[in-house]
Amino acid sequence: MTIGYYPGCTLKTKAANLEVAALAALDHLGIEVAELPRWNCCGAVFSLATDDLIHQVAPVRNLIRAAEQGCDTVVTICSQCYNTLARANRLVREDAEKRDTLNRFMTEEPDYAGEVEVVHYLSLLRDRVGWERLRAAVTNPLTGLRVAPFYGCTLVRPGDVAIDAVDPAILEGFIAALGAEPVSFTAARECCGSYQMIAHPEEGLRRAAKVIAAANASAADALILSCPLCEYNLGTRQGDVVAAHDGLEHVPTFYFTQLLGVALGLDPELCRLDLSGPAATTLLTERKYIAAATA
Amino acid sequence: MASIPSPIHPESLRAVNKIAELSGQNVHECMQCGTCSAVCPMVSSMGFTTRQGIHYLQFGQVEPVLQARIGEFCASCHTCVVRCPRGIDVPRVFEAVRQLVLRTNTDLVTLGDIPKDTLAEAPQIAFVSTFRKLTS
Repeated sequence: MTIGYYPGCTLKTKAANLEVAALAALDHLGIEVAELPRWNCCGAVFSLATDDLIHQVAPVRNLIRAAEQGCDTVVTICSQCYNTLARANRLVREDAEKRDTLNRFMTEEPDYAGEVEVVHYLSLLRDRVGWERLRAAVTNPLTGLRVAPFYGCTLVRPGDVAIDAVDPAILEGFIAALGAEPVSFTAARECCGSYQMIAHPEEGLRRAAKVIAAANASAADALILSCPLCEYNLGTRQGDVVAAHDGLEHVPTFYFTQLLGVALGLDPELCRLDLSGPAATTLLTERKYIAAATA
Repeated sequence: MASIPSPIHPESLRAVNKIAELSGQNVHECMQCGTCSAVCPMVSSMGFTTRQGIHYLQFGQVEPVLQARIGEFCASCHTCVVRCPRGIDVPRVFEAVRQLVLRTNTDLVTLGDIPKDTLAEAPQIAFVSTFRKLTS
């Protein structure tokens, strides 16, 4: 069984802090994945209009690349890539007419009928490693760290591609396996403002403020994310969010893979904390999860 | 035989039919419970609620829905989809409304208006999403 890895555009550039520790952790845990030798942008958002089949070509082409490599599974770390690929895969599997149109359109490609399974990295950890084994591999438990799990939209909606349907608890299981404390967080499955932060920044900031307010109310030490757009809205733009809304306090944000790297005792440099806000490094050094010199 | 004159403008009726075709959804299944509006994270930015938007469409009225910019502000978070007791895929309805605008070669975002800091810092998926959703 071969697991293909689809990184997506952002992980190779602005979100290297989501990717590097993730791959090092899989290596550490003995899970072998191979990055697809060729891949293209997934399209970032799944096309909702019934006649807009052209935008399904990009995600399906990536799945064909995975099938070509003999992969029965392709794993992604970015939530948006996961959502787009998983939904395109379902469309190919369930809609014979559209599948046929896509296959006939891509005459240069072998036919594809949804043979590859699209999974998110968190599902891979839960199903192929398991929380018990992960807990046993943790050498630097994040004891006492109160972590708010932020699922956002694309990991859990719509239901047919949710990584944990009905009542998601996968991030909570993950946090507990790292020795940290998952906190109850009312905005865990809400929208962060998404791409509206670009076109309508006022609305985006207002939405992000609700998520930060909920994190403050849960007395979380940190917020963990799995999406570069969530990180931009809730992390990079957090200064603007806090400045524009009374009563908010800063809360450090991490990609979940960065905390995974720290808990597994990997070289902190692999966690690329330099790409996260300074508050992230400060929190981890103050709590002595990492040494100050290596931060 | 004389027909009863319709209060709905034929253009509007055609647009409503196009929305049904593009979305694959039947807005007449909506019973106006308002759950979609209650859970919508962007509703306060819209001219009126998603429930009202669906109601106008039920009556063959598209123009007020365009004016309320519901399609433009919907972030496709799909919260309403999992809550709708009638099983209506609401984001698909408003995606279709948005497509009606975009397909007249109208952009809902101007690249030149995006601040330089945002261009430098925001992730690629933010721009791909924005242009996919808001440009023609």
